[in-house]
Amino acid sequence: MGIELQNINKKFGEYKAIDNLSLSIPSGDLIALLGPSGCGKTTLLRIIAGLELADSGKIILENKDTTNLPPRKKNVGFVFQHYALFRRLNVFENVAFGLKVLPFKERPPRIEIRDRVEHLLKLVQMDWALNRYPSQLSGGQRQRVALARALAVNPRVLLLDEPFSALDAKVRQELRRWLRKLHDEIHVTSIFVTHDQEEALELADKIVVINKGRIEQEGTPQEVYDHPANAFVYNFLGNVNVFHGRIKNGKVSLGDHDLDAPDELKYIEEKPSQTFVRPHEIGISRIRSNENDLVGIIHEVRLQGGQIGLNIECEGLDNPIEAEVPRELFVNLQLAKGVQVFVTINRVRVFAGDYEI
Amino acid sequence: MALFQAKRRNILPGFGLSMGYTVFYLSAIVIVPLSMIFINTIPMGWEPFLNAVTAPRVLASYRLSFSTAFFAALFDGFAGLLTAWVLVRYRFPGKDFLDALVDLPFALPTAVAGICFATLYSPIGWLGQLLSHWNLQIINSPTGIVIALVFIGFPFVVRTIQPVLEEAEQEIEEAAHCLGATRWQTFRKILLPHLFPALLTGVTLAFARGIGEYGSVIFIAGNLPMKTEIAPLMIMSKLDQFDYAGASAVALVLLCISFSMLLLLNAVQEWQQKEYRS
Repeated sequence: MGIELQNINKKFGEYKAIDNLSLSIPSGDLIALLGPSGCGKTTLLRIIAGLELADSGKIILENKDTTNLPPRKKNVGFVFQHYALFRRLNVFENVAFGLKVLPFKERPPRIEIRDRVEHLLKLVQMDWALNRYPSQLSGGQRQRVALARALAVNPRVLLLDEPFSALDAKVRQELRRWLRKLHDEIHVTSIFVTHDQEEALELADKIVVINKGRIEQEGTPQEVYDHPANAFVYNFLGNVNVFHGRIKNGKVSLGDHDLDAPDELKYIEEKPSQTFVRPHEIGISRIRSNENDLVGIIHEVRLQGGQIGLNIECEGLDNPIEAEVPRELFVNLQLAKGVQVFVTINRVRVFAGDYEI
Repeated sequence: MALFQAKRRNILPGFGLSMGYTVFYLSAIVIVPLSMIFINTIPMGWEPFLNAVTAPRVLASYRLSFSTAFFAALFDGFAGLLTAWVLVRYRFPGKDFLDALVDLPFALPTAVAGICFATLYSPIGWLGQLLSHWNLQIINSPTGIVIALVFIGFPFVVRTIQPVLEEAEQEIEEAAHCLGATRWQTFRKILLPHLFPALLTGVTLAFARGIGEYGSVIFIAGNLPMKTEIAPLMIMSKLDQFDYAGASAVALVLLCISFSMLLLLNAVQEWQQKEYRS
């Protein structure tokens, strides 16, 4: 196992930041800790790095119990959200720092340090900036230097705390892909924390969804996205329409309409329900194809790159539906604000019982 | 011409007004009074001027003033850094009280401080008695002067470092720890360079204050000719003898040396800062 966490607990005063959390991550994996802000994901990362002490529990990194080691002895690479580069040192000195502070006996000779730093900077495509100072670099460049700095000490594991959230959208996407590629090259067990589900889905081998200091679900991006374990995960992973209703006699109410309840909920007598529908799982047409179709008026049209977002007010529903259609369809159907459409719900996911975020 | 162009392009309004005010203020409060020192010395002529400022007693007083101020400022650098560190980094009962205590040397009439020191370190004072066991004499010695100047300069260092230390990101230190640095390495390689400009400013201020300090020093120094006479005292004693020109001459040299030292330190700071800014 690359990282093994056993029954971690952490309280800040009365507030339970981490609640008896256990997690195993195989060596060489890239894992996303995904959750809303304040869910404890950053705290968990800091506990692994030793920057925060757990109240109880065990932390085993690459088969070595590091629970009680101070951060400097854990040999963990940590990348901070705001880079945390050393302002008074140039790029070379920043990356070399971890090697230069080694005890004299373990410290590699100067030439070796130089080679290693240059190699790492080449890896992060920053070898042209050896003598620059952090203030002379852009955010994306700084984060790459920070990554090279973290990798310089050959860390057991690499921890990234919302590494891209301070960057603008374009750079963020670029760095994401680049990080994935880099990880495929160097294979160090890595965890990155994010509140951005897109980032987690795109980048990670495995996603761990965290809420209120507990794991809600873990699995591959595919598993987590297609088979969310509960309402929270469904809601958190991407945009979604939520309809509050009741399950009764094998039927789920959706406003004034009724849908067949899924098999596992068929025999519930009566319970409140939440029905989830993803915007892209909604079909739009100008002619009625099915008697179950909802009738609605397009209330709002939003351009979202290749997709068009529609906000549709349907008869018999309290809240408007959010739908997404490909641009082509949008043009072909001559959709526009105020146009009447028929809405087919292709796929729903129903959860019984009350739920809160 | 360049100046006017800069003015026209400036987006911040009120350059003319604020610049005018600054020039007027500096003239009225600083330059005009100080220029009287120049004007007073002019009628003296070159020969008497040189005689006045190179008299052995005067030279000794310069040496004493600058060296004691230097060592006091150096000590303040260490002590102030430590105090600022404690005040910023730790929580403890009575912290606010301690914080307020730091400013006391600013508020206290310096003569009061001088009298306190003189009583404390006199051969029959608490500390003086104790130190006399080891044949250490503080009063009437340069050491005594340094002690008084340390007291006077202390707040300058603490108050300049404090805000910089408060702003220093915790993350930077955490990054250093994660990379394997010990606390000492983190302090020496990361934090100290960060604090250095503020530290230099604080020490410079303490030093400048130390050169000009009069009230607290004269009570503890004993004012022995050639041994413990500070430069401001030389000026005062010349004034007592109605030797206004002589006093001005001594003051002028003191002024010139102080000013060039401050300029030099500013230049060092500028040069220090330059590299890290884009």
